Amino acid sequence: MAKINLLHAINSALDIAMADNERTVCFGEDVGHFGGVFRATSGLQEKYGKARCFNSPLVEQGIIGFANGLAAQGSVAIAEIQFADYIFPAFDQIVNEAAKFRYRTGNEFNVGKLTIRTPYGGGIAGGLYHSQSPEAYFAHTPGLKVVIPRNPYQAKGLLLASIRDDNPVVFFEPKRLYRASVGEVPEEDYQLPLGKAEVVETGTDITLLAWGAQMEIIEKAAKMASNEGISCEVIDLRTILPWDIETISHSVMKTGRLLISQEAPLTAGFASEIAATIQSECFLHLESPIARVCGLDTPYPLALEKEYVSDHLKVYEAIKKTVNF
Amino acid sequence: MIRSVYTLSQTLTAIPCALEEKEEKIMSTELYNDGPVVHQPTFIDGHSVEIPELRILDQDGTTYPNADLPDIDQTLATKIYKTLTFHRVFDERMVSSQRQGRLSFYMTALGEEATSVGGAAALKPQDMIMMQYREQGALMFRGFSLKNFMNQLFSNADDLGKGRQMPIHYGSKELNCMTVSSTLATQIPQATGYAYGQKLQGLDAVTICYFGEGAASEGDFHAGLNMAAVQEAPVIFFCRNNGYAISTPAEEQFRGNGIASRGVGYGIKTIRIDGNDILAVLKATQIARAYAVKESKPVLIEAMSYRLGAHSTSDDPSGYRTKEEEAKWQRHDPILRMKNWMLKQNWWDEAQETALLEKYREEVLAAVKVAEVIDKPHIDTMITDVYDVPSAQLQAQLDEVKAHVKKYPEAYPFTAGKF
Repeated sequence: MAKINLLHAINSALDIAMADNERTVCFGEDVGHFGGVFRATSGLQEKYGKARCFNSPLVEQGIIGFANGLAAQGSVAIAEIQFADYIFPAFDQIVNEAAKFRYRTGNEFNVGKLTIRTPYGGGIAGGLYHSQSPEAYFAHTPGLKVVIPRNPYQAKGLLLASIRDDNPVVFFEPKRLYRASVGEVPEEDYQLPLGKAEVVETGTDITLLAWGAQMEIIEKAAKMASNEGISCEVIDLRTILPWDIETISHSVMKTGRLLISQEAPLTAGFASEIAATIQSECFLHLESPIARVCGLDTPYPLALEKEYVSDHLKVYEAIKKTVNF
Repeated sequence: MIRSVYTLSQTLTAIPCALEEKEEKIMSTELYNDGPVVHQPTFIDGHSVEIPELRILDQDGTTYPNADLPDIDQTLATKIYKTLTFHRVFDERMVSSQRQGRLSFYMTALGEEATSVGGAAALKPQDMIMMQYREQGALMFRGFSLKNFMNQLFSNADDLGKGRQMPIHYGSKELNCMTVSSTLATQIPQATGYAYGQKLQGLDAVTICYFGEGAASEGDFHAGLNMAAVQEAPVIFFCRNNGYAISTPAEEQFRGNGIASRGVGYGIKTIRIDGNDILAVLKATQIARAYAVKESKPVLIEAMSYRLGAHSTSDDPSGYRTKEEEAKWQRHDPILRMKNWMLKQNWWDEAQETALLEKYREEVLAAVKVAEVIDKPHIDTMITDVYDVPSAQLQAQLDEVKAHVKKYPEAYPFTAGKF
């Protein structure tokens, strides 16, 4: 099995989706010949033609509006928003249109064939407008699925599943890992389930939960903790909406402790939703308060990025505090 | 000299023979060079594009000399006229129902009926119609049943939309009429995408997208038109310029030469028509459809009309416009205009008119009585269609609501005792 980076894994998934179904269309700003600013769509226009892989004008609300119409028509629409920070002009088309399309039409129409890909997250010296993690905004919207992969293998399998899922999916790609994360990825077509978390490491003392680029952070912290004799169960949530309550509560009933790490700001982040649900599901099993290790409630900084973000040291400290509560 | 910069504007007058054009100039950096080079600052006036308005039928029912008539025969004309008449009766009856407290909300299209009915009449059944919210005439022409209208208006269990949207948010997959959404202008870029999908499949089909001059201020309008021009989508953008966005008159909405001038800016074939002239609506839309299919490109139609009715049953226009203004537009009634034409053609007579009005009034009233007593949707439909399959979380939330309703049945009369 070849070792490839996360970008290549995304590209491979798109290639398969386009070869698989001639009604699959990829578009967005600079997505055509240039292959996207990160090169995720590299080579697709050459292979499948300009009609199926093309540059859109610089208009996010137009990209998603167009994608909604295309998906409603029955085409498989894969729209790229160049950075998740720039998704907000399309917020209405995502939240009021894509998410509610099937519901409001009584299932006369739907945009289940829509997938929105967008790079998210910090760690690339991108400052406040190239670093945001806006998953919680979309998690607050019934009708959407929100998916975030942690490595190349996950990215390919989850993206193919998102494209084929009969619901609109917002697929956040951890841009810091685009080239940094390398792993074995099958060349062939495969899918990983949506709505299912994955237990990456089993443990007994505390459950560590994260998604996307935060996974390597909590895995590193878990190793540090294990040197101190703390056994961590590490879980990748993978799908933010609808999320896998069962796997998380099952783990927390076993460990009695939960720590959630996210890049986004603390207040009303998705970690808060998880904490609320798990305290309700596992109240009598909890041995300490649920810990949230998050960004500060500020815009994402540039020079002070390291101080801001939830890193392995902050997670490690929070593990010790939670275990020794 | 300045006019010559607008080489595209000159093609506007050539729209009726658009199909003969082999090659059309597209906006490119080379095109800029077509303008004269000047050495003194030379501003182009914001109103320098002259936009003709197509009129075929005069109010007295005569056609203008030398007017190009649309493709229309007695059968089509009769169908259009009957649809217009039904539309008028339906709107009148539903406003009364709302006033009587039987219906929560309604929107008429009084005075603008020709835009939706004429547009739909120019299309083929496979063409997608994306409505804003005042185009019930298009559904009526396509054959959306009286029962379907009523079920939607009364949000009952038989509503195709499952009682989820306010009255007038109709839609039908079977009839290729996209369900109405209250969010203004969102349908515009969607129409571009829908049409692009039709083009990719090589279908003999276009998408028509209705919107008002107010909605054309939304960002989605600009996004949708620009993308249609660039991506070459076979979409007909149909603007009903009815003078008002709720209470805001067009003069306070924009300063350009209507909406048509914007089509020129996006490099889109554009025509302005008299929206109360059913033959002009039909003619322009027929040509637009042929052009969109043949050239795989968008067209913009700006239909000049007037919203004779209130914005909705929740609105009272007496607060923002005069009776004199309304009276002026009543003299341009599109349905009376068509009737005058039909009478002159000997395709219609007063006896038929009287009988038809009577029949429609009875049918509509009878349909109200049926629909208003049909149950509200089943409680289980609260969670269906959010996703293709309800998630475990949604199922748990529904179970909780059901248990609660069972505990306090008197507080939830629509669903208590019905599951």
